[in-house]
Amino acid sequence: MTNIGPDVQVAAGTVATTPPTDPPEPAADVPGAPAGRPRAAWRMLLPSMTPWLATGLVLVAVIVVFGVVGPYLVGDPDAISDTGLSGPSAEHWLGTTQTGQDVLAQLAHATRGSLQIGLMVGVLATVLSAFFGIYGAYLGGFADEAFSLLSNVFLVIPGLPLVIVISGFVPRESRGLWTIAVVLALTSWAASARVLRAQTLSVRSRDYVAASRLSGEKPWRVIGVEILPNLLPVLASQFVYAVIAAILGEAGLSFLGLGASNSSTLGTMLFYAQNGFALPLGAWWWFVPPGLVIALFGMGLSLINFSIDEIINPRLKNARTARRRAKAARRRERRSATGTDGTAGTASTAQEVAR
Amino acid sequence: MTSVHVTDLTKDYTLRSGLRRTRLRAVDRVSFDLVPRRTVALVGESGSGKSTIAKLLTRMEKPTSGRIDVQLDDRTPVMGSVYQRHVQMVFQDPFASLNPFHTIEHHVARPLRIHHRTHDAASTHARVVEMLQRVNLEPAEQIALRRPHELSGGQRQRVAIARALAPGAQVLIADEPVSMLDVSIRLGVLNLLGRLQREDNLAVLYITHDLATARHFSDEILVLYRGRVVERGPADAVILDPHHDYTKLLALAAPDPERVGSVGGTRRGAARELPARDGIDNSVCYDHDLGDWVHVDDRERARA
Repeated sequence: MTNIGPDVQVAAGTVATTPPTDPPEPAADVPGAPAGRPRAAWRMLLPSMTPWLATGLVLVAVIVVFGVVGPYLVGDPDAISDTGLSGPSAEHWLGTTQTGQDVLAQLAHATRGSLQIGLMVGVLATVLSAFFGIYGAYLGGFADEAFSLLSNVFLVIPGLPLVIVISGFVPRESRGLWTIAVVLALTSWAASARVLRAQTLSVRSRDYVAASRLSGEKPWRVIGVEILPNLLPVLASQFVYAVIAAILGEAGLSFLGLGASNSSTLGTMLFYAQNGFALPLGAWWWFVPPGLVIALFGMGLSLINFSIDEIINPRLKNARTARRRAKAARRRERRSATGTDGTAGTASTAQEVAR
Repeated sequence: MTSVHVTDLTKDYTLRSGLRRTRLRAVDRVSFDLVPRRTVALVGESGSGKSTIAKLLTRMEKPTSGRIDVQLDDRTPVMGSVYQRHVQMVFQDPFASLNPFHTIEHHVARPLRIHHRTHDAASTHARVVEMLQRVNLEPAEQIALRRPHELSGGQRQRVAIARALAPGAQVLIADEPVSMLDVSIRLGVLNLLGRLQREDNLAVLYITHDLATARHFSDEILVLYRGRVVERGPADAVILDPHHDYTKLLALAAPDPERVGSVGGTRRGAARELPARDGIDNSVCYDHDLGDWVHVDDRERARA
């Protein structure tokens, strides 16, 4: 863990500029702690910097910045012009739609819409799963049975068909962003709740929870202060997963024409591209950018999630460290075999020790 | 000062296997008193009910029957939410009993704040440092800022003791407090407990499976076997002059270099003379104070 210090600072820096969707967010307020205070526990919660994590963070940061800042820099996405269905040019970097709207402007607004819905659903689903998973498991007994039955029922309900039915049932006028977010959150919290329940059951039975109850802590403090911090990596991972699922789910809904009525998201862009015969007309600049943004954002979040998984399951990390060590050892062997100078060898050993 | 009187404490657990339900009596009619400045040791093998008694005393479990009376010197009973201010516990595993996420200061400060021993941040911090110094954790200022994984097992157990004493507890239940520690630091922790007991007039229940430390550390020993007390009396009498078959077995099971030599050089030689386990009767108890055997049912009948 000794070598991650500066990298983590870098990560915290990117987090600060991209507030909403980043899971290591809670760590960002650590620097508020008095100087010289050990921050080992927070550090344990932060993933160690790997090329994968860096790629994921960069992808997510770029897309989030594009979604947050982009809409102010581009023109009106709905402005119609007579240069319909033209390819990328100096005037329209990503070309135009059938009705001459600028694709880049649309993409910026659509990215913002998708991020918004992803964040909303991520928060809602995490709160729901935390309540039913953690609280139920902490209470135990009848409440646990009831909550776990409820999440099992929600788990076996096929998600997308239900979402389609509900979205189709709600009249189009009242089908706002929040309706879609609530519908998506309601169908996606159950799996996380089960994971959190299992984890809580394990943490709850540890001695330090018994000890804090014994010293007279109130139940909400035992859950919030003693149990919850130990679940943060799991929560973060579930949150990231919920955001990916929400953005994909919303894109699917909008593509079917069942999305929020007055908003523009990546899904509605694809919907209009499909309706405007972008594919048969070969207008790739209309449907490739939104698809690519969805794919890259999902990929970035997944890469971040893999790094969070390493905190939850340190065995994954140990495997990676072992592989790296073996590689370094092989390299050293090769170097000493070819007979280069000894200083390089000692330098790499020193690096090894530092790790 | 606080004392505890335990009368006929019984705890049943219901075991479910499929539709069949069986009752397991983990603790059966156990009685003892914890008084200030004295240590009672509960000795017995795993599953004999030692830890269940600890859980019952700390109210982590409810007794099936029997009474636990905690009272002050003037006989006012201790009940409800102040119970935890008087009865505290040191857990067996110092690696599991401290939350890895929080600093040492948090662990000691919380009981102080919960039980209103201190009222603001500055006095809490001063008190935490004082508590850590009392359990020989120096430099206390720095240790307060550390997290459990930065301390050794012995240091952690000292933190656990400081936490248990922080509410001002007068009754301390020590559930195998040294069994997870290196042999070299066990005596240090036990001596610390002994010193704190003298300074604070604590009543201590020392739960262990180690007869040697039980004799070293306690005044009275209760030997538990399958939930029942099978022998009780002053520490030296129980260890040096065991009457019950199970106590003899425990005494023989402890490695003793002199005895091994006399039996022929092997531990197996010593083990062969142990009485057969099946024959051990846990319905009778030898009471060294009475100097006689007592049958569990007799005791009940005598009282009725």
